[in-house]
Amino acid sequence: MTAIRSLLRDLAPGHVFVLPAMLVLALFFLVPVFGALAMSFTDFDIYAMADLKNLRFIGLDNYINLLHTPLFWKAFGNTCYFALVGAPLSIIVSLGMAMALNVPGVGLKPVFRTALFAPYVATLVAAAVIWRYMLDAQYGWLNQFLLVIGLRPIDWLGNPHFSMPAIILFSVWKNFGYNMLILLAALQRIPDDLYEAARVDGAGPWERFIHVTLPGVAPSLWMVALLTVAGYFQLFAEPYVMTQGGPAQSTVSLLYFMYQDGFKWWNLGHASATAFILFAVLIGLSFLRPKGEEVFA
Amino acid sequence: MTMPRLTVEKVLVTALLVVASLAASFPLLWMVSMSFMPEAEANAFPARLFPHDPTLANYAELFAHQRMGRFLVNSLLVSSLATCLSLIFNVTAGYAFAKLEFRGRQKLFQFLLALVVIPGQLTMLPLFFQLKTLGLLNSYGGVVVPFMASLFGIFLVRQYALSLPDEMLQAARVDGASEWQIFRRIVLPNLSPIIVTLGVFTFLMAWNDFLWPLIVLSDDHNYTLPLAIASLSQEHIQDSGMVMACATVTIAPVILLFLALQRHYVRGLLAGSVKG
Repeated sequence: MTAIRSLLRDLAPGHVFVLPAMLVLALFFLVPVFGALAMSFTDFDIYAMADLKNLRFIGLDNYINLLHTPLFWKAFGNTCYFALVGAPLSIIVSLGMAMALNVPGVGLKPVFRTALFAPYVATLVAAAVIWRYMLDAQYGWLNQFLLVIGLRPIDWLGNPHFSMPAIILFSVWKNFGYNMLILLAALQRIPDDLYEAARVDGAGPWERFIHVTLPGVAPSLWMVALLTVAGYFQLFAEPYVMTQGGPAQSTVSLLYFMYQDGFKWWNLGHASATAFILFAVLIGLSFLRPKGEEVFA
Repeated sequence: MTMPRLTVEKVLVTALLVVASLAASFPLLWMVSMSFMPEAEANAFPARLFPHDPTLANYAELFAHQRMGRFLVNSLLVSSLATCLSLIFNVTAGYAFAKLEFRGRQKLFQFLLALVVIPGQLTMLPLFFQLKTLGLLNSYGGVVVPFMASLFGIFLVRQYALSLPDEMLQAARVDGASEWQIFRRIVLPNLSPIIVTLGVFTFLMAWNDFLWPLIVLSDDHNYTLPLAIASLSQEHIQDSGMVMACATVTIAPVILLFLALQRHYVRGLLAGSVKG
């Protein structure tokens, strides 16, 4: 008792203020992270859930097994496709809209900004459900639009070649608003004098974009790119709601694969290995971050 | 001389913004419009933009026969609980990291910064097992666990609290106030803008969250709105009017909350991405 009491006396008030949050993070974040690592080396399944005595250490077997699972590679490829095509597309839209909102003298900007940002705030799952109707092969507005401009309608969610582009289209619509606001803030920090000086030097709009705008937003753009790619690697709800991973497994993502593996078939050890491979990808991405920039997301 | 060109640029940019804003909000506006269509109109071909004969029948059906009220209450309770817990844990810790001296503060903070790269999904499988052991599966408590203390919340509050003047806190200490009194009477009121920001953020994240509640909640009685609409849309995809009404009930509250607290929300969004 006295030992505890003297320990408490040594604690600064600061310790007491951070203690609750640190305990919660330790218990519900750090412990599970190490738990996931440990689990990925075991055959943790529904029998182990019932009684931990059934748990066996199997070394790297889960990882080796994954590398021989075609669906894992399919999911890995699909996720890379989504992240490496979807993220750049959404950033281009974000930058374009941010630049439009940054043109001086254009009216109603708060209204435009809010309308453009609304999809980002909307509940992802509900928005994905709306888009199932938007993308409907017969009734959908997207195909109506294609017909109007003289193109043939597309079976967006039923054709394995178009299912991922459809999800990318949806995600760009859903997410561009977030990066738009960040890039808009970066654009507003570029001094007007720089544009003026470039104009005096005879630079046209394209040259001003290349030599003033891009260097000005480059640090933000780099960070936005990394965060967006990392976020897009965590694709889950869109295929769950819009395609259930189909057709022909063309929209199974790493997380969708992990969810099915872990929570439908109860291969928790095997699924943990998938989670760690996803983690390794994200760690790899984080090394591309410019030095001295702190990001929290 | 450059005036006419600038005007052309303005007109083009305004046109672009009008078209883009319409395209961005179209699916949401169509959702609301369709939620008021009677069944025949909602399923008409070609699809309709506006109801000819608006009705509340879809909403009536949802609340009377699809337990919509229950799901709405679940979502409200889960998101409110997540918000309260997040504020309690993150505001105290964020303030301490900014303004209180204690042994190991720097090292602990560096450690937290290093944890940022770990994706939350990594913790889900073991956390599921932990909650099963604690008997928290299928409960509101289980759903809010990941929201209680967050790196984002702690960093956000710390960043803001750094700007509190030390003299103000020191003066209170000289007057004999305890650290807890200083926190309650001086720090909290001065942190209120960031408390609103963190509150809106957490509420929206908890409201919109899908994967974790999907894992924790197995009994559909406890479903939050995203789970409810996911399952409704799988069973009743032909009842498009009703599904759209369900989407409207899910999305409208967050859009309204965002519109009301836009300034606070955007502050948090920018703080989370520019350099700290």
